[in-house]
Amino acid sequence: MKISLFITCYNDTLFPETGKSVVRLLERLGHQVYFPFEQTCCGQMHYNTGYQTEARPLMRRFVEIFKDAEVVCVPSSSCVAMMRDHYAKMAEETGDAGLMKAVDGLLPRILELSELLVNKLGVEDVGAYYPHRVTYHASCHSLRSLHLDDLPLRLLRNVRGIDLVELDGIDQCCGFGGTFAIKNGDVSAAMLAEKLRCVENTRAEVCTAVDNSCLMHIFGGLHRQRAGIKTVHLAEILASTEAESSS
Amino acid sequence: MSIRVGDAAEAPSFQKAAFALIDDTQLRENVRHATDVITRKRAQVVAEQHDWQELRSAASAIKAHTLRYLDQYLLQFEAACTAAGGQVHWAADADEANCIILGLIQQYGAKEIIKVKTMTSDEIGLNKALEANGICPHETDLADMIIQLGRDKPSHIVVPALHKNRQQVREIFMRAMGLKELGDRPEDLTNAARRYLRDKFLKVKIGISGANFLIAETGGVCVVESEGNGRMCLTLPDVLITVAGIEKVIPSFRDLGVFLQLLPRSATGERMNPYNSLWTGVHKAEGPQQFHVVLLDNGRTGILADQEARQTLYCIRCGACLNTCPVYRQTGGHAYGSIYAGPIGAILTPQLFDMQHAQSLPYASSLCGACYEVCPVKINIPEVLIHLRGRVVRERQSGASPEAIGMKIMSRVFSSRRSFEAAQRLGWIGQWPFVSEGWIKYLPGMLGSWTAVRDLRPLPRQTFRNWWREREKGNNDA
Amino acid sequence: MPEAICTSRAAIVDRIRAANRSVDAALCSAEYGSIAREYQQSSSMYRATVLAAFEERLREYGACVYRTASAGLPAKIGEVFVAHGQRSVVAADDFPRRWLPEGFRWQTEAGVDTEALNRTEGAVVTCEVAIAHTGTIILKGVRRLTLLPDRLCCVVQENQIVETVPEAIDRMQSFATDALTFISGPSATADIEMTRISGVHGPRVLDVVIVLSQRD
Repeated sequence: MKISLFITCYNDTLFPETGKSVVRLLERLGHQVYFPFEQTCCGQMHYNTGYQTEARPLMRRFVEIFKDAEVVCVPSSSCVAMMRDHYAKMAEETGDAGLMKAVDGLLPRILELSELLVNKLGVEDVGAYYPHRVTYHASCHSLRSLHLDDLPLRLLRNVRGIDLVELDGIDQCCGFGGTFAIKNGDVSAAMLAEKLRCVENTRAEVCTAVDNSCLMHIFGGLHRQRAGIKTVHLAEILASTEAESSS
Repeated sequence: MSIRVGDAAEAPSFQKAAFALIDDTQLRENVRHATDVITRKRAQVVAEQHDWQELRSAASAIKAHTLRYLDQYLLQFEAACTAAGGQVHWAADADEANCIILGLIQQYGAKEIIKVKTMTSDEIGLNKALEANGICPHETDLADMIIQLGRDKPSHIVVPALHKNRQQVREIFMRAMGLKELGDRPEDLTNAARRYLRDKFLKVKIGISGANFLIAETGGVCVVESEGNGRMCLTLPDVLITVAGIEKVIPSFRDLGVFLQLLPRSATGERMNPYNSLWTGVHKAEGPQQFHVVLLDNGRTGILADQEARQTLYCIRCGACLNTCPVYRQTGGHAYGSIYAGPIGAILTPQLFDMQHAQSLPYASSLCGACYEVCPVKINIPEVLIHLRGRVVRERQSGASPEAIGMKIMSRVFSSRRSFEAAQRLGWIGQWPFVSEGWIKYLPGMLGSWTAVRDLRPLPRQTFRNWWREREKGNNDA
Repeated sequence: MPEAICTSRAAIVDRIRAANRSVDAALCSAEYGSIAREYQQSSSMYRATVLAAFEERLREYGACVYRTASAGLPAKIGEVFVAHGQRSVVAADDFPRRWLPEGFRWQTEAGVDTEALNRTEGAVVTCEVAIAHTGTIILKGVRRLTLLPDRLCCVVQENQIVETVPEAIDRMQSFATDALTFISGPSATADIEMTRISGVHGPRVLDVVIVLSQRD
C-alpha cells in the first residue's frame, strides 16, 4: 500500500523519533511511505483556541496537499479528531463546493496509526519486541472522538517481551488540552498531578499513548519529579525489534 | 435589559479563582469523593438501561424540535395553564422577574416565603431582592439551607453543598439553629433540619419553586426532587409561584416518559428519584389556590438566536457533566464564579450575558469530551466551547494581545513549507539561552506556565523532515 | 385575585420568532410526530417477572412489601398496622371502607386538618399506576395525606403495575391534568458527604400491599 505520512507539526519538530518509527514500521510491514514536504499543520491549535479564521487556510492547504493520497497515516489522534470533527464544517463555512467535496472524499482516507494498522492493514502483531514494563494512557481524542476502543492495547498485547500494566483512571484527561496547559496552567498541573499519581502507581518504566501531546505533558511532569519513568509513543514501541533492542 | 446570572458578572476570572481553590485540600477531597460516588452510581444505572442511547437521541431531538417552535409551545403552555386556573407572567430579565414576584408577594401581604431548590431563582438573585424589600426567603432544600445558613455559595448544580463535610455542616447548624448539642452523623444533621423546617412548612403562606418541566400540551408543571421539601412547598402554602426558564417547556405529557428516565439516572444515579410532583393550574381539593408561573428569558432568546450554540438550551440541569469533568474535579464549582458551574456553566453563563462577562469560562476546559459523553440530551459541549472561544476572540479580544499576535505569527509560520522550516531552524537556534544541562526548565512570559511544573526537552537537532531528506538523498545516491 | 402583571410577553415571543426565522410554523406538529422514538415503550417481560421486579425495587429502597389475595386485604392491612404498633389511620377519601381492618380507629382525610394530619400515626391510600422498573407508585390527589404523616401504606392492584415508565405515562394520559405524585422511595438526601439519609421530609416508612389478580 502507498501510505502518505502526515507527521504533524509538533511531531516533526519535537518528536522526530516517532515519525522515524512510523516509517520503519510501515516499511517493515512491506508498504511504501510518502512524505509530502509541503505539509505543516492541521490547524487544531488555532481552531480550538478560537482562531477559526486562521485555521481555515491551514485546512485548505492540508486538503490540497493530500487530496490524491491513497491513504494518510497520522500518528496523532488529536489531529485526526480535528479533521473528523471540524473539517467538514469549516469547508462548509467557506461555501466552496469543490473544497467541501474534497474534504468529504479525503476524510475516510485519513487514519490514525493504530486504526491504519488494525482496521486497514488488518494486522495486530507487527513483530515488535520491547522488553519493558509499560502502561497505556488513553488520550481523550482517541477515546471520545476516534472511538479507538482497545485498538492500541491489542497492538501492545502482541509485542513480545512487553509487561503491560493497566493504568488506573486510564480515561481521565491528563490536563494538556493544547493551549489549556498555558491558559489554565494551575488546573492543568492539578490534573497532571493526578495522572502522574496513577502512572507512578503502576510501577511502569514507560508510559505510552497515541499522542505525543499528552506524552510531552506527562513526561514533562515525570522528569521534573525525577520519577524515573519515561514516555514513548506507541509507534516507537511497535517499531522496536529484537535486532535493535535498546532502552 | 439587565441580565443577571447570580454574581457572575463580578466574579474573578476562572484562572484566578482556580488558583486559590487548588490550595483548599479539604475542598478538593470533598469534590473528588462526591464526584466519584455519583459517577459510579450513574454508570451502574445507565449500564442497566438497555435503551439509554435511544433515550438520549429522542430527548435531544425533542429539545431541538421544541426550540424551533418555542413560541408556539410557550403560548400553548400559557393557554392550558391559564385555563386550569394558573396565571402566567413573562419576564424579559432578572429585574423584571424579581419585580413580578415581589409584586405578587406584596399583594398577598406576606413577609416570608418558603422556597424549593431552584437555580433559576439564584440566577435572578431573588433572595437578595426579597431581603432588600423586607421579605424573608427560607431555603428548604437541605443543601441550600446549608449554603444559606452558612452564608456561602453553591458549588454544584445538584449537590450544592458538596464542598462541605459533616463537621462543617454541624457547625453551621448549631450556630444558625441555636443548638447546644448536635451529633455529626448525617442522620443527626438531617433530623435537625427536619424539625427546623416542619414548623416553617406548616406556617408560611407563600411558596416559591422552580420547574424541571413545563408541559405545553396540558399546562402542567413537573418538579423532580428527593427530599420532600418540594412536596411541602408545592402543597401546603396558599400561594405558589413557580419561576422557570423558557427552555423548560416540553411539548407533551408523553415526553415525560423520556425525560423522567434520563434525569434521575444522570443526576443522582438512581432509577427514579424519590418524589416527582406534577400539577396543572389550581386544584380545588387541596394545594395552593393561587398559582403563578413566571417565564424567564434573561438572555435565553439571545442564545436561541445563535444556531450553533442554541443546543446549550437543551440542558435539563442534571449535573452529570460536572460530575465527570476532570477540570471541575480539581476546582469545584466556585472557580467558575457562577451558579452554573462545570461544563454547562462554562457555556451557559457567558452566553446569557451575550459574552459580555465570564469570558474566561469557555477556556476552563481541556476539551476532553467527557461531558458530551454523559449529557442526557447530547449537548456537544466541546463544540460549543470552541465556538464561544471564537466569539471571545472575534468580539471581545484585542487584536494586539500577546496571544493574538502569537497566533497570527504561528499561522504565517504554518502557511508555507519555507516559513515552517525557517521557524523550525529559528526555534532550534533560539532555544539555547533556555537550555541548561540538556533541559529547558524555564520559559518567560505566557509559556512560563508550562515550565512552572514541567521540564521541556529541547528541540532535537534534526527535524523529521530533514531526516527524511537525508534518507532520500542517501537512497538516491546509492 | 391579583391581575396577571403586564409583562414582556410580546417582546420575548418576538425574539423567539426572530431566532427561528427559517422555520415554518405550520410544520410543528408534523415535525413533532416524526421524532424517532426507539426507546422501549411497551412491556418486554412476563407479568410474573414484572411483579417480582416491582417487589424487588421496593425492597431495595426499604419499603415493606406484602402480597395478598383481595379477600385477605383488610387482614393484611391490619398486619401492617400491628407491625408498627399503629392504632389509628387516616384513609384517603376514596379509599374503599370495606378494605379497612376492624379494630383500628380511622378517619377520612376530609375530616382532618393539616395540623392534625401532621400528628397522625399513618395514612392509607390506593394508587393509580405503579412502575416495576423503577419501583414507583403514582398517586392522584392525596398530597398532604401522603406527605405529613410519618407512615404511608399504599394498596396496589397487581393489574396497576406496568413494567416501564413510558407505559405508565401512557396509562396516565386520561388524568394527566390531575395533581399527581410519583413516589419511588422514602425521602432522601445525599447532600452531606454523599451519604444517603432517609426521611428528611415525608414518610419515613412505606408499606406496599399488593393485591394479586384472580387467577383462574
